[in-house]
Amino acid sequence: MPDALLPLALGLLHQDLNARMVPFAGYEMPVQYEAGVMAEHLHTRTKAGLFDVSHMGQILVKGRGSAAALERLMPMSVLDLAEGRQRYGLLTLPSGGVADDLMFANRGDDLFLVVNGAMKHQDLQMLAAGLPDQTVHLLSDRALLALQGPQAEDVLAALVPATSQMRFMDVIAVTWNGADLWISRSGYTGEDGFEISVPNGMADIFARTLLSDARVLPIGLGARDSLRLEAGMPLYGQDLSPQTTPVEAGLAWAIQKVRRSGGAREAQFPGADRILAELDHGAQRRRVGLRPEGRAPMRAGVRLFDSATSETPIGAVTSGGFGPSLGVPIAMGYVAAPVPSDAPLWGEVRGKRLPVSQTSLPFYAPQYKR
Amino acid sequence: MKYTEEHEWLDADDGVITVGITEHAAEQLGDVVFVDLPDVGQTVTKGEEIVVIESVKAASDIMAPLDGDIVEVNTALADTPGLVNEDAQAAWFFKMTTPTPEEMEEMMDEDQYKDFIA
Repeated sequence: MPDALLPLALGLLHQDLNARMVPFAGYEMPVQYEAGVMAEHLHTRTKAGLFDVSHMGQILVKGRGSAAALERLMPMSVLDLAEGRQRYGLLTLPSGGVADDLMFANRGDDLFLVVNGAMKHQDLQMLAAGLPDQTVHLLSDRALLALQGPQAEDVLAALVPATSQMRFMDVIAVTWNGADLWISRSGYTGEDGFEISVPNGMADIFARTLLSDARVLPIGLGARDSLRLEAGMPLYGQDLSPQTTPVEAGLAWAIQKVRRSGGAREAQFPGADRILAELDHGAQRRRVGLRPEGRAPMRAGVRLFDSATSETPIGAVTSGGFGPSLGVPIAMGYVAAPVPSDAPLWGEVRGKRLPVSQTSLPFYAPQYKR
Repeated sequence: MKYTEEHEWLDADDGVITVGITEHAAEQLGDVVFVDLPDVGQTVTKGEEIVVIESVKAASDIMAPLDGDIVEVNTALADTPGLVNEDAQAAWFFKMTTPTPEEMEEMMDEDQYKDFIA
């Protein structure tokens, strides 16, 4: 069955939880559970939510020179990343566009990368080609869970006490009932929380143990999307793509000084000419937060105009919907650089021009434990 | 009470037909966050998309179940879209009159609709 959607380690659990399953990145994934997107979103903001994100790619890079070689593919400092720490990274293209965004962690003996599910096979090829003298391995024997929310620490520390000592973006490897867990203090919700890589064979019992805590609810990909949107985080394939550069996307913060013009290891990554020029002189457009003034959500693809009548769009929405924690519609998108950041805009929804204001991101201030 | 394959319910009373969406439809949509209603007095054609419903997940439409005129809309839904999820049977969208009321006889009754969604 070539078209069959691949089941993942927690398929049976989702069935038991009455999840509504949808095709996502080639897998059957839970979009929501019985509580529904709104309740799941709010639960994550107040208690703790458990997400199955096993569709994402988990990649191990090993061998002498891995960090230096990875710097040839990303405008990030990999060599300076301390053992036990994780960073946000971007694989770039010769055009300056983004091939994928990812997390990379220095585990001492290897580098551990978590990449987008829909991009993992392409990323693997790119990494294998760029790191011919190292081994690059896409893991198929591990599930990935995220536990997010203000009570995530208390819940996880009851099972794995060492996690209470972690700071934002720390990574550790620990053993739980014989299972080798790789834990980072990070996530994609704007909340404090953890991402936990667990061997497939132990994923079900580990997830059920977390869910047995009354503070934890299972959360689907629907709420994951509204949580990350409120937190101002871009989604690859919508807000990031080969057509967007890191500077346009407002991700210059992720490019360390050492890789910029004048830095000790400047340039020497794909698209350096364009990306470094944009860092110095600005980009042609910018990613912005958008707040529709009415109640109608503005979703991806809505064209943006600088007046109610002008014919030429000055940008477009790339992600949009409703922000359950804010109780209003929110969106993000790209706007041409010459448009002042306080200029009122109009979004075209079903043929009508509706007013929308630009705002800074995020909509929801992150609650990380630094 | 009559039902359409588009998951609308229709309740006729003295020549005025009240239209809403079924509980099944509301459950499938998820949390409703925005409702755009037609104008009172608007003349509509059967199959025309006249209501926009946005849930946290996606936008969808309600079509006019019959030819006719809109005589009243439920403005409470514009202010509190979540009423649709609380009680879909009570949260009517619009009331209309029609020159072809006999078409309702062809629509599903409650038992037929239950079979339809089963």
